[in-house]
Amino acid sequence: MYKANIYVTLKEGVLDPQGGAVKKSLHVLNYTGVTEVRIGKFIEVWLEAKDPETAKVELKEMSDKLLANPVIENYRVEMLEVE
Amino acid sequence: MKFGVVVFPGSNCDADCYHVIKEVLGQEVDYIWHKEIAVQGYDALILPGGFSYGDYLRTGAIARFSPIMPAVIEFANQGGLIIGICNGFQILLEAGLLPGAMLRNRSLKFICDKVHLQVKRDDTPFTRLLKQDETISIPVAHGEGNYFCDAETLAELQREKRILFTYCSPSGEEDMVFNPNGSIANIAGITNKQGNVLGMMPHPERCSEHILGGTDGYRIFASMLQSWQEVSC
Repeated sequence: MYKANIYVTLKEGVLDPQGGAVKKSLHVLNYTGVTEVRIGKFIEVWLEAKDPETAKVELKEMSDKLLANPVIENYRVEMLEVE
Repeated sequence: MKFGVVVFPGSNCDADCYHVIKEVLGQEVDYIWHKEIAVQGYDALILPGGFSYGDYLRTGAIARFSPIMPAVIEFANQGGLIIGICNGFQILLEAGLLPGAMLRNRSLKFICDKVHLQVKRDDTPFTRLLKQDETISIPVAHGEGNYFCDAETLAELQREKRILFTYCSPSGEEDMVFNPNGSIANIAGITNKQGNVLGMMPHPERCSEHILGGTDGYRIFASMLQSWQEVSC
């Protein structure tokens, strides 16, 4: 069994209105040093595969097809073998 | 002319579209459940608004892989007329039938309002009963209508005149202040390269009868009917 942590983030240059609102709120809380906030998604996936290479290929495929939208998002996959 | 309204779990403007086609436009129409795998016998498809799959992951991202979608894509590739309204537009983007993606509204608020649109072209199957540079009024209702694409794609859309509607003032002035969601270049509706697939955030089915306060939306469906009649009669 494999466990993957997939981080989906907005591409540079894509406006993030949520991040902007959170930044303003942090400034209101006096964290005036905050210069930028970007909000993304963290997805955990558990999967069975015959070996780690197959698992990695599948994780890349599923990220490209569904988990991230390449027009606006980048993603990064971390994978561990688990029991 | 026979229309098909594709119904996904969470679609909520399907009945409005069905009503307009059947009772107002006077044409044949069926609901097509998303688990169907064929769209034979239809002259045009409507992907209605709503919140397919609860907008989980991204708007339209899960509906895009519904069993019906390969048939919808094939229908588009063969030149069939498709109009995607609101969530339908978002599904067309996720399916790659139209370029770009939707972001949260600039204001982060769900906007339910009547907006003004400038008609950019009147020589398309969707706008032939409208006039170029005319200002029309159509309601919007969305939380993620902030259309985004990269600079290259935007240049292509502009060069190929694929932007059919932009947000504007009641007098037709285009400016970010009249843009409800922050979409790039004030885009409210675009077509594919071939011009047979339209995606738009505003809801023409909500303004197709006088009793609802306007009929500008009706003219879009009537344009589709007239285009089809010209080709097939």
